[in-house]
Amino acid sequence: MPAGIIPAAYIAASILFILSLGGLSHQESARRGNLFGILGMLLAIGATLWDGAVTGYTLIIVLMAVGGAAGAAVASRVEMTAMPQLVAMLHSFVGLAAVLVGIGSYLDPGAQFTDAEKTVHDAEIFLGVLIGAVTFTGSIAAFGKLQGVISSSPLLLPGRHLINLAIGLTCLWLGYVFLGADSNASGMWPLLLMTTLALVFGVHMVMAIGGADMPVVISMLNSYSGWAAAATGFMLSNDLLIVTGALVGSSGAILSYIMCRAMNRRFLAVILGGFGTTGSSSAIEVTGEVIALSAPETAELLATAGSVVIVPGYGMAVAHAQHPVSELTRNLKQRGVEVRFAIHPVAGRMPGHMNVLLAEAKVSYDIVLEMDEINVDFPQTDVVLVIGANDIVNPAAQEVPDSPIAGMPVLEVWKAETTVVLKRSMATGYAGVDNPLFYRENTRMLFGDAKESIEQVLTAL
Amino acid sequence: MRIGVPREIFFGERRIAVAPDSVPLLAQLGFEVAVERGAGTAAGFTDGVYSEAGATLVASPIELWSSAEIILKVRPPGHHPDLNRDESSLLSAGKTLISFIWPGQDSELLARLAASGATVLAMDAVPRISRAQKLDALSSMANIAGYRAVVEAAAHCGRFFTGQVTAAGKIPPAKVLIIGAGVAGLAAVGAAGGMGAIVRAFDTRPEVKEQVESMGAEFLMLDFSEDGSGEGGYAKVMSEEFIAAEMKLFAEQAREVDIIITTALIPGKPAPKLILADTARAMKPGSVIVDLAAEQGGNCELTQPGEVIEIGGITVIGLTDLPSRMAAQSSQLYGNNVRHLLAELCPDKDGQIDVNMEDEVIRGVTVVKNGEITWPPPPPKVAAVPPTPSPTTPATTTAVKQKSRGLGTLAALMVAVATILGVGAVAPASFMAHFTVFVLAVFVGWQVVWNVTPALHTPLMSVTNAISGIIIIGALLLIDSDSALVATLAGVALLISSVNVSGGFLVTQRMLHMFRKDT
Repeated sequence: MPAGIIPAAYIAASILFILSLGGLSHQESARRGNLFGILGMLLAIGATLWDGAVTGYTLIIVLMAVGGAAGAAVASRVEMTAMPQLVAMLHSFVGLAAVLVGIGSYLDPGAQFTDAEKTVHDAEIFLGVLIGAVTFTGSIAAFGKLQGVISSSPLLLPGRHLINLAIGLTCLWLGYVFLGADSNASGMWPLLLMTTLALVFGVHMVMAIGGADMPVVISMLNSYSGWAAAATGFMLSNDLLIVTGALVGSSGAILSYIMCRAMNRRFLAVILGGFGTTGSSSAIEVTGEVIALSAPETAELLATAGSVVIVPGYGMAVAHAQHPVSELTRNLKQRGVEVRFAIHPVAGRMPGHMNVLLAEAKVSYDIVLEMDEINVDFPQTDVVLVIGANDIVNPAAQEVPDSPIAGMPVLEVWKAETTVVLKRSMATGYAGVDNPLFYRENTRMLFGDAKESIEQVLTAL
Repeated sequence: MRIGVPREIFFGERRIAVAPDSVPLLAQLGFEVAVERGAGTAAGFTDGVYSEAGATLVASPIELWSSAEIILKVRPPGHHPDLNRDESSLLSAGKTLISFIWPGQDSELLARLAASGATVLAMDAVPRISRAQKLDALSSMANIAGYRAVVEAAAHCGRFFTGQVTAAGKIPPAKVLIIGAGVAGLAAVGAAGGMGAIVRAFDTRPEVKEQVESMGAEFLMLDFSEDGSGEGGYAKVMSEEFIAAEMKLFAEQAREVDIIITTALIPGKPAPKLILADTARAMKPGSVIVDLAAEQGGNCELTQPGEVIEIGGITVIGLTDLPSRMAAQSSQLYGNNVRHLLAELCPDKDGQIDVNMEDEVIRGVTVVKNGEITWPPPPPKVAAVPPTPSPTTPATTTAVKQKSRGLGTLAALMVAVATILGVGAVAPASFMAHFTVFVLAVFVGWQVVWNVTPALHTPLMSVTNAISGIIIIGALLLIDSDSALVATLAGVALLISSVNVSGGFLVTQRMLHMFRKDT
């Protein structure tokens, strides 16, 4: 077989991956983008298998079939509300694979390097394993937080920055020892020790980040898994891995950055610690009365409105209320009420979480608008229905300069004629900040589980 | 402080500045309310009701004006027929007058008021910002005028509004054209629609289309693009071509509709003449024109301000006292607006007012401060419909931030270049080839993802996750190793990365399948 075929196939696969990411940037081309991704992956795997260096097909096919079937089974059963957990879990697999491949590559007797090449190769292994290990446990911690197995409030150990610093310095020193090792056996212990430290670091890093920052964390781990793959590519001298890893790494980083910007937070601040770390944060003086509303009253309000904007939040996801909400939308539309959705960039626990849920409930995406598109329309809106959202509609972000969420762009729902907030109780949101919105003159509260409340409203309609 | 509410002296004016139900609320703010005897009679509020509400009744207007520190009125001060002197002469330094003033139309009055040394707040000068909506008396009055215009039109129109099929025959619904979809126009749209008429509305400001349609009326469009939105959400003067096109539209509509209600006003200008005499005469006999702009000269050429006239079977209603014809309702709303203004002026609820010129709303309404004319106010900072959300951080800090961010970017760039050069200096050639590929791929990833639609963040992430399963290649390359340990490690890696690849792509496909658009 001509030697040029494999690199050519890799180039084709790389292009397909780029097209895939590009396609996923817009609704119209998104499905095609995913197909490109699948094609690219098939091409890459096919070409690698075809390469003369790979034998033992039976084992490979069995392993891939088992793994593939498991992945397919999980993917086809997962609830859309559990999407963030699934993504976090899948990230952890990439991290673990990177660790295994890295250690395997170090132990592989087939590869022999000398001098500078060996140093570079060892450095690549070291880096690949490090990133892979952080990704692995970080993703598992994120999975635990999203699944509710671990408390989502930030775990703030005393001197946590010092712990991180100590781990970092130790890893540097271990790297030095590792690179200086003259045999595989003597290099093994620094590598394994570093792996352990990196595993601990991954958990510690994510544990310190609060639930509200999870979208950023998931996207950041996504980026890490890419970097891990790229490092693996370096150690195996495989350009496809490098290109793909770099693509994923940079796109994940950009995504994290976009999200941080949407929350008006600095990336470093998110990574280094939880929301509201400034201490007790509900110091805002909130005055006024909370006015509760019943479901039939809400129904009447909605039915007589000309335009309604629905603001979904994590509460909608928790209550699985997306289907009743979609039903409500259809009902109101039939009555001639203009219904639109306003999505805050960080609503939910994963970027675009709300969009996915609404899409699942068959809400047309052209009435689902972003914050910047809809904020100007609130003053002309009759009724805003806030479903299980809190921080993203908090006027304190604009009005209270020392609020922990000050400066975060928010949906200006209070400018509408009436705002109805569906909420289980008067508890604060993830940022732990009291919300003056609830005490506004034109705000009404509909207490209860979001799904039940919406269903009651539907019955009343 | 004592609030005095005199009887309105303007001929035919039935309103009063404070309705009885506002009196206890003013008392809660710490004010004492005195009402001139008989002041509320025309609005249907007897003296007894006022004294029950806690107001003091004062018989003599002179005593009322001299004993009160704050005077609340509806109409601008004018010549008092009983006292034979101007009301503004009853003011003195230290007193505050709250009323409609129209400072732009009567500079003499403004000068007289300033000469008295008092402070004057004009209810017609409330800035059009959201915070000030509850004191916007113009909107309250316009709302009533719009409703009443329809009622007057119905009274003079010999037809049903709603279409009916009766045993005696079929009646088509009446058609109503409303020109100018401000507050009054929209109120008229609502009232006419509520009575069953087919309602059409026209406005030079395209942004009100949605509001008109939300009220169930048809928005008439000109095949002509020019935005008529002026400062503060009001209309502005349009170009000649536009006006010609507009006239043509009105002439066509006039032949068809039964009622025309015009509400077109441009701040500080005489009302534009939109319905020419010919257009009006072209209407069907029995048709009605209600001109809400009559006081500013009228939108119709035939309008006689203050009169109802009939010309060739067409009734032209130029009444200028429509809110006053619903005196109880309008007094109540006006009173609420005034009370909200007083609440703004008296934040401590101690009955003392503070004309705080730093406050945008209070600055706007204050036309005379202690004898000094402060009208016109500086232009409002935001339009009624802000084109972009205003930044919440002060400009100076943003600039500083941007500057330091610019420096930071530069520094980061230099560090990056230095790192790359440093790597190039020590690394072997084979590494540099891979490194080139790596750096280029990072940039490609950045460029490709930068403009992603936020709605697609999740699918994008799951697809990149699936793609990062490319690590499977690494596992494949190692699985044939001679070392059993390495082969096992690679086997496990192969297994779990397969989960990743198939799971990631499948779940992305599932998600994308759900995104749809209604046809």
